Amino acid sequence: MPYNFKNANLAVRENRLGSITGFVGNLETLVYRSECGSLKNRERCFSQSSSCLSGCALNALAAIRNVAVVYHAPAGCTAMASNDNVKFGQIAARINKTTNSVFVCTDLNEKDTVFGAMNDLRKIVEHTYNTYKPDAIFISTSCVSGVIGEDVDGLADEINEELPIPVIPVHCEGFKSRIWASGFDISDHAVLQGIVKPPKEKRRIINIKNFYESARPQITKIFNEVFDAEPQFLYCNSTIEELSHLSEALATVCICGTLGTYLGNALEETYGVPYVRTINHSGVTGFETWLRGIGDAIGRREQVEAYIKKQREIFIPQIEEAIKPLRGLRAVIGMGPGFTYEIARVLQEFGMTIDYALAWHYDYKYDNGQVPPALEHLLKNSPKDMRVAVADQQNYEVLNILNRYKPDVYFSRHPGTTVWAIKQGYAAVFVADEYTVFGYEGTLSFAKLIRDTVTNRSFEKNLAARIKLPYTKWWYEQSNEKFINAESKH
Amino acid sequence: MKEFSYFTDDYHLPKLLICDICDICGYKKEVLSMAKILDQPRYKCALAAMQTVQSITGAIPVLHSGPGCASKLNDNNGTSGRYSPNIFPCTSISEKEVVFGGAEKLRSTIHNALRVIDADLFVVLSGCTGEIIGDDIKEVAQEFEDEEKPVIWAKTPGFKGNNYVGHDWILKSIFEQYLNRPEIHDEREEAGGTIKGLVNIFAGPPQQDPYWLGNLREIESLISAIGLKPNTIFGFGRGIENIKNAARAEFTILISPWVGLESAKYLETKFKVPLLHYPILPIGATETTKFLRAVQEFTGADKDLVEKVITEKEAEFYYYIERFADTLLETRILGKRFTVASDSQYTMAVTKFLVNDMGLFPEKVFITDDAPEAFRTQIANEISNLNYGIQAEVQFTTDGHDIHEQIKKTDFAGTPLIIGSNWEKKLAAEIGAHYVNVSYPMLEKLVINDHIAGYSGGLHLLEQIFSAAMSKLKL
Repeated sequence: MPYNFKNANLAVRENRLGSITGFVGNLETLVYRSECGSLKNRERCFSQSSSCLSGCALNALAAIRNVAVVYHAPAGCTAMASNDNVKFGQIAARINKTTNSVFVCTDLNEKDTVFGAMNDLRKIVEHTYNTYKPDAIFISTSCVSGVIGEDVDGLADEINEELPIPVIPVHCEGFKSRIWASGFDISDHAVLQGIVKPPKEKRRIINIKNFYESARPQITKIFNEVFDAEPQFLYCNSTIEELSHLSEALATVCICGTLGTYLGNALEETYGVPYVRTINHSGVTGFETWLRGIGDAIGRREQVEAYIKKQREIFIPQIEEAIKPLRGLRAVIGMGPGFTYEIARVLQEFGMTIDYALAWHYDYKYDNGQVPPALEHLLKNSPKDMRVAVADQQNYEVLNILNRYKPDVYFSRHPGTTVWAIKQGYAAVFVADEYTVFGYEGTLSFAKLIRDTVTNRSFEKNLAARIKLPYTKWWYEQSNEKFINAESKH
Repeated sequence: MKEFSYFTDDYHLPKLLICDICDICGYKKEVLSMAKILDQPRYKCALAAMQTVQSITGAIPVLHSGPGCASKLNDNNGTSGRYSPNIFPCTSISEKEVVFGGAEKLRSTIHNALRVIDADLFVVLSGCTGEIIGDDIKEVAQEFEDEEKPVIWAKTPGFKGNNYVGHDWILKSIFEQYLNRPEIHDEREEAGGTIKGLVNIFAGPPQQDPYWLGNLREIESLISAIGLKPNTIFGFGRGIENIKNAARAEFTILISPWVGLESAKYLETKFKVPLLHYPILPIGATETTKFLRAVQEFTGADKDLVEKVITEKEAEFYYYIERFADTLLETRILGKRFTVASDSQYTMAVTKFLVNDMGLFPEKVFITDDAPEAFRTQIANEISNLNYGIQAEVQFTTDGHDIHEQIKKTDFAGTPLIIGSNWEKKLAAEIGAHYVNVSYPMLEKLVINDHIAGYSGGLHLLEQIFSAAMSKLKL
């Protein structure tokens, strides 16, 4: 796919990756229809609130140290500003740094929707520059500024000429994609468009795209010792200067294909930086495959094998012991597609059964045109009739499924979703952190976490006995695909 | 309606009032030339007042908005009650609706919500996009007026105002549309008119005010103590029945500088429930006593009982103050001067408490809730109405960076005390100030059912202020 970094507009995932938000069926059908390209979306005639792509895009950009995000939006769109400020400050503090990134808003009002507010936007961008002296400014559109047709691209171009720092337009009209992961691509595109420079020299850096870098110490140690390289974590704690050199890295790796597809593929295709596309780092098989993938990409396979051998001796016996009580447990999973299929794989490695694997959306191919590796791996190692659905974070479908299959444990990964399984009395594990199952040690702790969760059922039993569920009896008697329409023609 | 205190007294002109986004003065206009920057947001948009609906047990918002509005606006703690944003039905407006209109999507969403969601009241709320493209939520919602469960609507696009005003619009919509339904009207008639002694109470907006529920319960308990029957609609054990009774109450008391006035006035004009608009959230002995006397005067509650309650409550308050006075007086690291950067409610309430009960001095204080211009002079004057003629300079602003720069330049004649939002935490660390978070955003502190209103609320606020001080130096 050709990448056009001259234009701030980027095709959304529905159009670029054939992404869908509605599917009910089994694993084999999903993979087969992905491979032959016949997978079609099924829309819903009833939906519950989910997520907006602007969060994925602008959180990533605000995570860069010492930048400004100017959001051309009404006040509510910037609600995440305070959370970002606290969170990214705490994450910077972990490595003894501070971040002065700011997230300001034009607080669009009714008058602005009629007359536009480009003059105010210009003044606020200039004011933000003069006040904070950031290393880059990202000017983002919103639903409102998008619908009323504010020319943010034109303004950003003008100011980019006037100021000594990059000023980059970002398109976050929330209505343009049902796939909030489109926001990941939007932030990558902004960075590639305005920050990344063509390579001058190769550096012993490995780009690693993740969320909140909780495994930074472990990864740094492994990369130093095994790959003789430094990790460049993205985007938390990165700087504009560091990002400008992404094209000079040895390789790009990622914590999940959903998050990394655009940046990884674009850097590979545009600047020849190899993108390591393996299943992710979760669980023993994942971790080893991931390390070997990186080793192969940069010519350090031998060192990887030596590391794996040493670590296996320490951890495999412990892991085997820890997973004994998990054998035979039945699970339902509800996560983004980057993790549902990876966690399903890990749980099966633990000897557990997957009753239902729900992914919030599904990209049937990545930016290189291939089916996600996690899916292919899963198909080879799972029952072909494993039930899967693409559920758009629709809680009513999740609770309906839990009620029908009554699993031993539910695995979630998005804020605000775990509690609903608990309220129905199911044990639930919140796999919030992308490194929850990182490497051998993470696998060991994860196994113990599941064991503890299914053993002490007090919290959910106590709560479930005292609350009223949000859905009608009627709904629990329906099929979970009741409100999912037939496949669309396109 | 009785406007308590600041609306009736004589005042000097607001020479202390400056603000950067109104016409009373020209401060800062040169810098931004009228462009209003929201830097360090301390409020959200009108749609965020979905949390007002969420705080009524059994009521659920139905959103005609983008798919992610609710999850983004749901950035407080305590939101996984009977319904959370994951449960709120939502039309999830996409490009298709932007081009072809979203009325049909809204229709199917409401229709199915009524079947899937086990709720007692459905409140359809519109976000920005639906309003800009001209979808008429009123027309669609009214198609459902014969449904068993009430479906009502309120327009809450983010560009029309923030969640302080959205809160008021939603309450007014609920009163207007629900209480005037024929069956509710008939039920009210049958039950007989006004319930003697029943008093509607409204205070800080749910969730936006982190202490909304604790404060409300504390005020209820004070109202009960003076022989009246409080009627509130939010939180555990309250709900639709209380909304019904709101039209039958003998009085309404709105404790708020400006938020919630339109809806409370609606109860007065439509249902003849006299309104006491009391601007000061009472914290501590002085203000709580004043509040109880004002309530007595307005409602005609038993004066002897009220004075007896006041005497007892003050004695109890001072029992604690006396016991802890040495700590309060001899904390070497706490100076006399403080500032507040918060909404109208807390900037006023905290200033009053710290000056009139605790003998501290205000430096310039800041109001960050974008209070309507019509109220600003009165709010500023009321804040400056303090013991010993002490005055507080007041600025209305949404520019958080500027607030911080001004606080940094202020001479507190000792270690500063900053009461504000989470945004002030970093500032406090930078200048070595004591800091207590009382208002939104509140991210590094959990409030479950604590309160800072009333007599005991003052003690709770002191616990926090002195804990902050003692964690810096305990000799």
